[in-house]
Amino acid sequence: MDNNTLLSVKDLRVWFELKRWGFLSAGFVRAVDGVNFELSKGQAITIVGESGSGKTSLLRTILGLTEPTGGEIVFAGRQIDWRKSSEVTWLRWQIGFVQQDPYGALPPFMNVERILREPLIINKVKPEEQRQRIREALEEVRLIPVDDFLTKFPHMLSGGQQQRLVVARALILRPMLIVADEPVSMLDASVRVEILELMRKIQRDYHLGVIYITHDLSSVRYFSERVFIMYAAKLVEKADVDDIVQNPLHPYAQALLNAIPDPEPENVAKFRDVPPGEPPNLIHPPPGCRFHPRCPHMMEGLCDEQEPPAFEPNPGHLVECWLYDPQGSHERSTTVFQTMADAKLARQEEQSAKDASQYDKP
Amino acid sequence: MKQKSEPATHGRPSPARTAGPILRVEDLSLYFRASVGIVRAVERVSFELERGRSLTIVGESGCGKTSLARAILRLLPRNIDTYRGRVFLNGTDVMKLSDERFRQDIRWKQMSLVSQAAMNSLNPVVKVGQQVAEPLLLDHHMSKEKAFTRAREVFQTVGIPSDFLNRYAFELSGGMRQRTILAMALVTSPSLVILDEPTSALDVLTQANIMNTLKGIKQELGLSFVLITHDIATSSELADEVLCMYAGQLVEHSKAERFYREPLHPYARKLMASVPTLRVDKKPEFITGQPPSLLNPPTGCRFAARCDKRFDRCQEEPPLFQHGDETVKCWLYENA
Repeated sequence: MDNNTLLSVKDLRVWFELKRWGFLSAGFVRAVDGVNFELSKGQAITIVGESGSGKTSLLRTILGLTEPTGGEIVFAGRQIDWRKSSEVTWLRWQIGFVQQDPYGALPPFMNVERILREPLIINKVKPEEQRQRIREALEEVRLIPVDDFLTKFPHMLSGGQQQRLVVARALILRPMLIVADEPVSMLDASVRVEILELMRKIQRDYHLGVIYITHDLSSVRYFSERVFIMYAAKLVEKADVDDIVQNPLHPYAQALLNAIPDPEPENVAKFRDVPPGEPPNLIHPPPGCRFHPRCPHMMEGLCDEQEPPAFEPNPGHLVECWLYDPQGSHERSTTVFQTMADAKLARQEEQSAKDASQYDKP
Repeated sequence: MKQKSEPATHGRPSPARTAGPILRVEDLSLYFRASVGIVRAVERVSFELERGRSLTIVGESGCGKTSLARAILRLLPRNIDTYRGRVFLNGTDVMKLSDERFRQDIRWKQMSLVSQAAMNSLNPVVKVGQQVAEPLLLDHHMSKEKAFTRAREVFQTVGIPSDFLNRYAFELSGGMRQRTILAMALVTSPSLVILDEPTSALDVLTQANIMNTLKGIKQELGLSFVLITHDIATSSELADEVLCMYAGQLVEHSKAERFYREPLHPYARKLMASVPTLRVDKKPEFITGQPPSLLNPPTGCRFAARCDKRFDRCQEEPPLFQHGDETVKCWLYENA
């Protein structure tokens, strides 16, 4: 790990225990299961995944709100010791959080000034400095003229302005890292880009690390450098944005990209290629690769038995899929995207039989 | 996943093949009374929809999309100030019917609604099959057996295995619940279905799946859809025509080929430019400013304050201009 690394997550596991009758263990929900990544200073990354894939648990752990079951988090060269509350608090101070729903994240009974002052009071910033910092933060998110906004309450602001206020609040303690959980999903298309551009600008100006969490791949490419695709508690593919968009390697990433429409009139006549089934249950995830029950390239005896490690077929492009095993005898990656539809057709009948038997279970 | 369900026309009354559009709306207005004044949610909207085609209504939140759907279906809250205009469904003026007649003959028989986030409002203590069959039992006085056969049929159409009839809502995933809601809208074989943000709460893959199902239903049953959404990219999946709304008014009604390529109204252009695209490399833009309040909307063109093409004429309210096949509410097309 070099000096430039801001956050390093190593083999992180977050399991939630299920209780029966209040004290007996009934297994674990493996919300995050062996996640590794590094984030350098001034870098923006995006974690893309479906709901229930463990994105939020991962984010809560990075924020210091959930204690991990295993693995470690190293932030700015300091390994977090979860038993020491002072260290966890220190971690929380270094990270700004932008919530998904600005309407829900802002207290309705506080005005803008009070909302921004709150974290400063808690962190014992001197009163003279408080006023200064509040003005700076509001100017930074372009809620100007500042004096007009200071006395306003959240309901007097539009959705976009509310989200800017949330960003200002995340910035006010001058964090090193901003974590944003679907920061624009509640906003209109016309405002989304504005907020994302604002966050991009702040990230560059302050040389901040940013972690976005989203399920909207189409906006990702303009606002971050690297993308991690999360499926069933694992990061199945890690790559630079352009690599993901132009050459997704993992079959799940391919399906995800395939399912996203661009606004084209031709879409009306096209049916999209969507893998059958649903994401697995995280209490009993399937053995081997977790995508194998839905995967068009499933290799009997390999994918359903052994968990794939991360392979690196191209520099900087990591993928957890046996298709990219350099020692493997199977066909190599380049043809995968073109043949996906064909491979799927061949497997469709088999799959539908499987689905039918799956539905029989109560 | 392509829908391979059987053509579910058996047991289904053949839709009345009258000539003319399935839905014609003329000067429909809906104003609400609020403590601060009158909110003009929908103002003089007119459009026509041909049989078997689908129309998507796009616009920012608060532009009156949902209110328009509710006005067409006459599902109104109590604080109505003004509700006027004409709605022709299959050639009959349904605005002239009494509330009771409308409820008996029109709502859910000829048009139905899939409302926003409806998948979370399924009854948790009643089996979904029962919930889907309920309108047939109560309204159509069908025997239980027949009603459940029909429900099973509809479940197949929307892509749910038919043994799911005996499950409760909590046993289904989000996508399955949304399909159940869709089945509820289709079970009475309406000729028009209004979908209000049917996929906005779902994941990308599930969303693509439901859209595939809707396309299949449209092709097989020849239904007409009105899809309301703020997600422009998804809207293109089911659009033959696009109706764009801004601040309670219709600003453009175009064919999909026109709207997604080169819309006419300056607002529609900016809206399209703000959509990020995955495959085409362009930088999305945003629209400065905010839409006007519907309490005291500005006189003249409502988009003028945010428009970079405004000129003197924009102080007057533009009428709807015909431009080829398209309708557009903008002075730029006065002489075109």
